[in-house]
Amino acid sequence: MKILVCISHVPDTTSKINFIDNNTKFDTNGVQFIIGPYDDYALARAVELKENSGATITVINVGLVDTEPTIRKALAIGADDAIRVNAEPTDSFFVATQIAEQAKAGGYDLILMGRESIDYNSGAVHGIVGELLGIPSISPVMKLDIEGSTAKLAREIEGGKEYLEVNLPFVAGCQEPIAEWKIPNMRGIMSARTKPLKVVEPSTVDSGVKLQKFELPPAKGSVKMIAADNVQELVNLLKNEAKVL
Amino acid sequence: MEAAVKTKNAIKGGEFLIRETQASEIFIPEEFNEEQLMIKQQCEDFLKKEIHPRLDEIDSMKHPELMPSLLDKAGELGLLGTSVPQEYGGFGMDFNTAMLVAEVLGAGHSFAVGISAHTGIGTLPILYYGNEEQKKKYIPKLATGEWKAAYCLTEPDSGSDANSGKTKAVLSADGKHYVINGQKMWITNGGFADVFVVFAKIDNDKNLSAFIVEKTFGGITMNEEEKKMGIKGSSTRQIFFNDCKVPVENLLSERENGFKIAVNILNIGRIKLGVAAVGGSKMCVSTAVNYAKERKQFGTSIANFGAIKYKIAEACTRIFASESAHYRASQNIDDAYNAFVAGGMDAGKARLKALEEFAIECAILKVHGSEVLDYTVDEGVQIYGGMGFSAEGPMDRAYRDARINRIFEGTNEINRLLTVDMILKRAMKGTLDLMNPAMAVQKELMSIPDFGASDEEGVFVKEKKALANLKKAGLMVAGAAVQKFMMKLSDEQEILMNLADMMIEGYVAESTLLRVEKLIGIRGEKACELQKEMAMIYLHHAVNKAAAAGREAITSFADGDEQRLMLMGLKRFTKIDPYNLKEARRKVANYVIEKGAYPF
Ligand SMILES: Cc1cc2nc3c(=O)[nH]c(=O)nc-3n(C[C@H](O)[C@H](O)[C@H](O)COP(=O)(O)OP(=O)(O)OC[C@H]3O[C@@H](n4cnc5c(N)ncnc54)[C@H](O)[C@@H]3O)c2cc1C
Ligand SMILES: Cc1cc2nc3c(=O)[nH]c(=O)nc-3n(C[C@H](O)[C@H](O)[C@H](O)COP(=O)(O)OP(=O)(O)OC[C@H]3O[C@@H](n4cnc5c(N)ncnc54)[C@H](O)[C@@H]3O)c2cc1C
Repeated sequence: MKILVCISHVPDTTSKINFIDNNTKFDTNGVQFIIGPYDDYALARAVELKENSGATITVINVGLVDTEPTIRKALAIGADDAIRVNAEPTDSFFVATQIAEQAKAGGYDLILMGRESIDYNSGAVHGIVGELLGIPSISPVMKLDIEGSTAKLAREIEGGKEYLEVNLPFVAGCQEPIAEWKIPNMRGIMSARTKPLKVVEPSTVDSGVKLQKFELPPAKGSVKMIAADNVQELVNLLKNEAKVL
Repeated sequence: MEAAVKTKNAIKGGEFLIRETQASEIFIPEEFNEEQLMIKQQCEDFLKKEIHPRLDEIDSMKHPELMPSLLDKAGELGLLGTSVPQEYGGFGMDFNTAMLVAEVLGAGHSFAVGISAHTGIGTLPILYYGNEEQKKKYIPKLATGEWKAAYCLTEPDSGSDANSGKTKAVLSADGKHYVINGQKMWITNGGFADVFVVFAKIDNDKNLSAFIVEKTFGGITMNEEEKKMGIKGSSTRQIFFNDCKVPVENLLSERENGFKIAVNILNIGRIKLGVAAVGGSKMCVSTAVNYAKERKQFGTSIANFGAIKYKIAEACTRIFASESAHYRASQNIDDAYNAFVAGGMDAGKARLKALEEFAIECAILKVHGSEVLDYTVDEGVQIYGGMGFSAEGPMDRAYRDARINRIFEGTNEINRLLTVDMILKRAMKGTLDLMNPAMAVQKELMSIPDFGASDEEGVFVKEKKALANLKKAGLMVAGAAVQKFMMKLSDEQEILMNLADMMIEGYVAESTLLRVEKLIGIRGEKACELQKEMAMIYLHHAVNKAAAAGREAITSFADGDEQRLMLMGLKRFTKIDPYNLKEARRKVANYVIEKGAYPF
């Protein structure tokens, strides 16, 4: 079985978010990048499938050269080889088109990715990739087992769970508890730099989307504590300071 | 390449006292490569996933199988085999990488002690002193964690005086076994270890010999787990050997070579303990900073108070300084190792030679790292206030667990004494030329002080001069004390402690300055503003401490004109330009507070 795992290169969840160049660019200064946490689960499930029944795992990232340490981390965790599409990932459609093209060329049985990136959180790439390839795409997948040429999935839906059976190949946007989060072992880390990492040039895509600017949410105001028995003061503040009454 | 090895080879242990090191000659933690950073992350993730959620359970000791099972998990990730060569099932990482692993895992409380005893004092005697058969038999199993190891040196009546143990080994009548009898105490991992490295004296030997003892050899019994102040989850046992029959082929190295093994293995243990303490300190200060940000008093977060900022900045500065010195030394050790191997030496021997070469630095770092940790946990408790004193908050454990580090792997007193003792021995042997520099200092003392402003350009010009003077102060006091007491100096421990402090501070302050200088060369001055402030804060700390120690020493053994002259010299050599340390600390603290964790 050939599995393609899509890896996004995203700021660590504790990063401080700032924008520069008139609020049109994310300030990467001092930011540590990681594999998208949902993508980490997708990769972990792929490694489990490989351990259980044999598979080859290719990871793909659409990004510039600075994403390579993140890609090598995925190789350390257990992917066999990697593809980097050498382009700034400017929007979901662009990214998905690049992934779909590589997926087509590689002929994969299974395409796993995160349910959403944690930088832009569109939750869109899996759907678009599925559409471009003409195969099903399902998200968020919390359980995934392969039985021959079909897969059994569990998916979270509003207020409950849905169980599905789907023919390979398909696209899955994954989330926990699909697999146990994996820490690379020393052997994996040492072999990461010797595993193939192919760099390909992107195909041109005009997605028609253009970024104008970013805006941070307004800073949280300070909180005033009022003693529970002091209703008068509360009313006073709501009226005269917050001016909501 | 050859030239590089050659110049690196030129650095000798203890030489920092008399030689001006260039920034380009030292390794700094900012130079770790991608693979090393991945390993660092791996260790952090391991703690986050397996250890930190279970600290209470580990310390409760309710599940004795928990610690060994966690070691198994570490083994699966390869964390038990970092220093073990690939041919014995390990990963053959360099010493610097092993140090990085030790640093991160140092934040693992009781687990940190368990894993370091297994991989360090448990495994390394066999790896470095074992013959081929012994290594083949034991090392692969220890590197994966299939077998766990413990190290049995200490006895009820033999602690710091380690060579005085009473445990005996007697050759059996058929010449096939050594029969061991005796009692060991404070044995880490004792409760679950499969393999023990046991030190005992054969017949009436003067010196110890070392043996590899498997638990299944028989004749081994244990007391219950010790009830301890801290690291409560780390297994610590008294072990009794009653006619324990050890096959003769399990003698490690040669008869009477045990004390040497013990001492050399402790060199590694010391520097690794030091760096583990640095790792523990980073976690502790990060926890404390977050609390300080959240805790409000007088209508504001306590992190806004200068007194709290002082603690945060001071802890971070000391951590940064200690870290600088640790990785400087560990790279020196790696370089010396590479040079020995290039010269045709066997790898195991080369490791030991390299560590022996830097034994002074190892002792210094053990003391420094463990005392930085104690400072940090103490101020950590203080920042937490009453919650710091609560047995349910994180500072309680940090405070209790830190304390052991000044006791084991040679108490800090023993390591201070050793620092000075080793330096003087090397001077006597002529491997370290202290005579000429000490005489030059004496001469300088008699001459008119040089008030001329230096026209040298570059980073830290004045500070380096202050540092060179600090070293001179050390040489001056040491030289005078040696002249005064000659062979009786060893009876003057108070003075030796003063001297040790002067050496320790000189080494650490220099490492810090050099690290920042090198970093400025890489990142530019603007990006290193806070690191520069920390170098300044540390230098002032070091100079002041050295001045106090020197004054105490001088006034204890010199009087009259001699005393006056020396005190004047000391004053001259510990003069440092005033610097606004309050502002420096504020800048450092503000950044740490903004980041919410130790950020450097
Ligand atoms: C340096 C940089 C510059 C950017 N500039 C812009 C910009 O100018 N305008 C803009 O709108 N957005 C920009 N982006 C964001 C970009 O749109 C997203 O990274 C990309 O569209 C995917 O995010 P998403 O939220 O659409 O993914 P989702 O659909 O939420 O992600 C689902 C899954 O798709 C996979 N995936 C996502 N991204 C990648 C990738 N790059 N390679 C491989 N797999 C991936 C992951 O498995 C992920 O979990 C930029 C991102 C970066 C890193
Ligand atoms: C939790 C724990 C785990 C341990 N794990 C191990 C282990 O795995 N294996 C092992 O072999 N040992 C182990 N030890 C033992 C440890 O190494 C010793 O406790 C340590 O070396 C000190 O010896 P001691 O306890 O006998 O103290 P003592 O030697 O009695 O020292 C008491 C005090 O006297 C001072 N002192 C002693 N001699 C001198 C001197 N010459 N000059 C000045 N001051 C001096 C000491 O510095 C100390 O302050 C462990 C100890 C503990 C507490």
